[in-house]
Amino acid sequence: MEKVTCECGHQNPYGTELCERCGKPLKEQQQLLNMRYEGVARRSQTYNRSVVDKVWNFFSSVKVGIWIIFLILVASIFGTIFPQEMFIPPNVDPAQYYGEEYGIAGEIFYTLGFHNLYGSWWYIALLAALTTSLIIASIDRVVPLYRALKNQRVTRHKSFLSRQRIFGESDVASQDATYEAVKEGLKKKKYNISEENGNLVAEKNRFARWGPYVNHVGLVLFLTGAMLRIFPGMYVDENVWVRDGDTVPLPGTDSQYYLESEGFTMETYDEDDEMYAEALERSGGPITETYRTEAVLYERVDGNVVGVDSEQQKVKSHDIEVNDPLTYDSYSIYQVDYKLNELYEMDFELESEETGEVYGDFTVNLFDPEDSYEIDDEREVTIHSYFPDFYFDDDNEPSTRSSIPDNPAFIFAFDGPEVEGTEHRFVGIQQNHPVTEDPVYNVSFAGIDTNHVTALTVRKDLTLPFLMAGGAIFMIGLIQGSYWTHRRIWLQKRGDDGFYVAGHTNKNWESLKRDVNAAIDGTDIESPEDQIVKKEESKKQSASADDRADTGEADKGGR
Amino acid sequence: MAELSQNLLMVAFFCYFAATVLFAVSATGKNFKNSSGDYVNRWGTYGFIMSIIGVLFALGYFGFRWAAAGHAPVSNMFEYTVFLGIAIGIAFVILYAMYRSTILGLFAMPIIMLIIAYAAIFPQEVEPLIPALQTVWLEIHVLTTALGQGILGISFVAGLIYLVRTIDVSKDRKNKRTFWLEFIMYGLLSVLGFVIVTNAFNFAGYESEIEYAAPLEDGETYQDVMDYHLPPIFGPSEGEVMTEGAMAPLIELPEWLEAGDVNSVMWALLAGLVLYGLLRLVFRRRVSALLKPAVRKVDPEKVDELAYRAVAIGFPIFTLGGLIFAMIWAQIAWTRFWGWDPKEVWALITFLFYAGYLHLRLSRGWHGEPSAWLVVIGFMIIMFNLIFVNLVIAGLHSYA
Repeated sequence: MEKVTCECGHQNPYGTELCERCGKPLKEQQQLLNMRYEGVARRSQTYNRSVVDKVWNFFSSVKVGIWIIFLILVASIFGTIFPQEMFIPPNVDPAQYYGEEYGIAGEIFYTLGFHNLYGSWWYIALLAALTTSLIIASIDRVVPLYRALKNQRVTRHKSFLSRQRIFGESDVASQDATYEAVKEGLKKKKYNISEENGNLVAEKNRFARWGPYVNHVGLVLFLTGAMLRIFPGMYVDENVWVRDGDTVPLPGTDSQYYLESEGFTMETYDEDDEMYAEALERSGGPITETYRTEAVLYERVDGNVVGVDSEQQKVKSHDIEVNDPLTYDSYSIYQVDYKLNELYEMDFELESEETGEVYGDFTVNLFDPEDSYEIDDEREVTIHSYFPDFYFDDDNEPSTRSSIPDNPAFIFAFDGPEVEGTEHRFVGIQQNHPVTEDPVYNVSFAGIDTNHVTALTVRKDLTLPFLMAGGAIFMIGLIQGSYWTHRRIWLQKRGDDGFYVAGHTNKNWESLKRDVNAAIDGTDIESPEDQIVKKEESKKQSASADDRADTGEADKGGR
Repeated sequence: MAELSQNLLMVAFFCYFAATVLFAVSATGKNFKNSSGDYVNRWGTYGFIMSIIGVLFALGYFGFRWAAAGHAPVSNMFEYTVFLGIAIGIAFVILYAMYRSTILGLFAMPIIMLIIAYAAIFPQEVEPLIPALQTVWLEIHVLTTALGQGILGISFVAGLIYLVRTIDVSKDRKNKRTFWLEFIMYGLLSVLGFVIVTNAFNFAGYESEIEYAAPLEDGETYQDVMDYHLPPIFGPSEGEVMTEGAMAPLIELPEWLEAGDVNSVMWALLAGLVLYGLLRLVFRRRVSALLKPAVRKVDPEKVDELAYRAVAIGFPIFTLGGLIFAMIWAQIAWTRFWGWDPKEVWALITFLFYAGYLHLRLSRGWHGEPSAWLVVIGFMIIMFNLIFVNLVIAGLHSYA
């Protein structure tokens, strides 16, 4: 498209509303100029032919952006009505759980898929739409805005000044003296002054105009960073249980790392502590002070033959606590759960059924039982069957629920001089029945040994650097755009006996007015008018008759 | 030391009350002639000074309690809610310094007092920290978030002033705007009513225990006891009153509703209704009409900008504390920076809401009244997240 040439000689891109250089309106404008984005030619406002144009225009609209924000907001609310699937007990069927727990509303919640709302395709689609909108809306504005602010000239077309929201014209006795006085006033307010032909523009904090675009870049980086998780290798999230004294390969690390627990400790607050006495009494039980796993991390070092003669090398030891994970390489290992006093070893005594004479004792490691235990030269106990978590299954056969020894039971076999062949006996917790008739041997519990178990989460998240960079850039942009405002004040000669004063800002007009008034204080220049307020007031005056009737006195207004 | 800190909070409360009176004189009273013959109104400045003294005493409470407990007093409902009140006070001082708006003080001070009085309903003793809270991120995350929310609270106050100032609430007017403005008044009165009722029953030593069958995850139940400090309008399903002479619940609720919480809400609504009804009966005008004389001199344009400015200042701080610091801490304590915990989601909702507000300010037609409604709704979302999400929707943040 051809350029539009302004009467000042500047060539503006097609679609420009206000000349980039002198500000003269190039298109039909309302009484006050539309100063948004400096009246630049934005792609979205200029072209609307191809599909690309239409998509571009759709996503560049702030209105569309607000709708997307609003939809994400409402969707997010729906997800908190009942707990998400990840928060319901792990062993229940969600299809039943929601209905049983929350009635018909719960069933609707489940049917609509709200139990997994934040991972649903349409929620993610909304986030993708938001990202697209952030990118397109920013590019559509920032590029031409940058050009317009760079090309702006000090001397402006009169119709640019007079149609600013803050505008005034005054006669002055001495143009030179007034000019210098105002200039000094503006300098005192820390404005940057540019001069041309005896006119000036005072500007400050132009960088604040880039704030929104900077924070949008940060957000886009953050949202893209969060999506990178789907790539393999970027993200590991595994759980592992480690018993005191055990060393286990860390899941998610391809057996590259091993972790040893030198012991898990749980500490509670001292009940005699005066400060917490009341709180502890109200809680009705002890309050935990610390969960700690003393951990040692080993790395597998391969020898000459890969995978065969490898050895473990200690790389780090650390007391893992809540809020204090062990971090090595890109892995972090967190304290997440525990189990105290899990059965670990059981001590038994072999004795005579008849006399109770003890022949000897043996200790069974419940996680790694031996096949048999020699009691003395003649007698031997063999483990015929082992049920770590004993129960009778549907066929009424002894069975085990898991390999965790929550309810261990054994069928022992005995060999010795007192019997011919082998004698069997079933022994569990509070259960002891001979399997063979006329038993000769008996076993009795002599003691148990317990152990703590700690649960750790192994986490690797290579997306974090993107998220941190995104978050930091977002915050910088947000602060840049929120805590500073771009202000411009124009002082321009009118003939040789007066001045035009005009002001523009993107927000906080009251503060701009204060700046203008401070700068012209003590000169002949009258305080410029806020043309929007003026318009409102004249509107109000004609319509305030009934208001007056109500309050009984005229509205004095605050100004 | 803990006791001293409680006393300082009490003093701060009375300072806020004194400031309210001074601001009221400033807003409604006549101007006074000074020595040079000009009419001036210094009551606003006195109110401002008093509010600063109040903030200093409140910070004294905060500092001494911090020293006594060894951690910042923001770890349970009482402590957090009080600090939100303090934060609104700090935010008021900042925005007053910028805009010299005495009317802001007249509305902000009572709201701060209301929030602190509400906080005092919760158990006040110093509590030990559970492991997840034992980190400096407790201070970093919570203090920043509360400060951001406090500043957003000031935008709510300014929005409310705008609505009271501009909406015509004379008797013959009846529309959606007058209804919702009255609704806000009723809401504030409900909080006040709840505080009064709770304290009254506490003072009278009311207590009642109701035993009921609480559900367990696996479908079984166990006998649990619910402590009532207000007479049970609502009780748990098939509950049994254990306290001699105490009344039985009027209505039994299904087990998935927390009967105790529903009961509190009902008392608040009823107490609010009584207060509201009394005011209407005595003055024979809308409650918002009673505030009209105070806001007559207010420049709507200025409070609109003030409300916007408060959001512009508070939003980045809230985002920093409530989302960014929150995510960093969540990564350290809970292994993941984001987990869709209800409190997290509601922080996101708050963020989205104010982000939407800031973008709407770019559009024509959203300045002034629509904007004022939005900042009022925004602060309701914050209070919802504080009260409802903490107490009713169980999650990782339910410490209190």
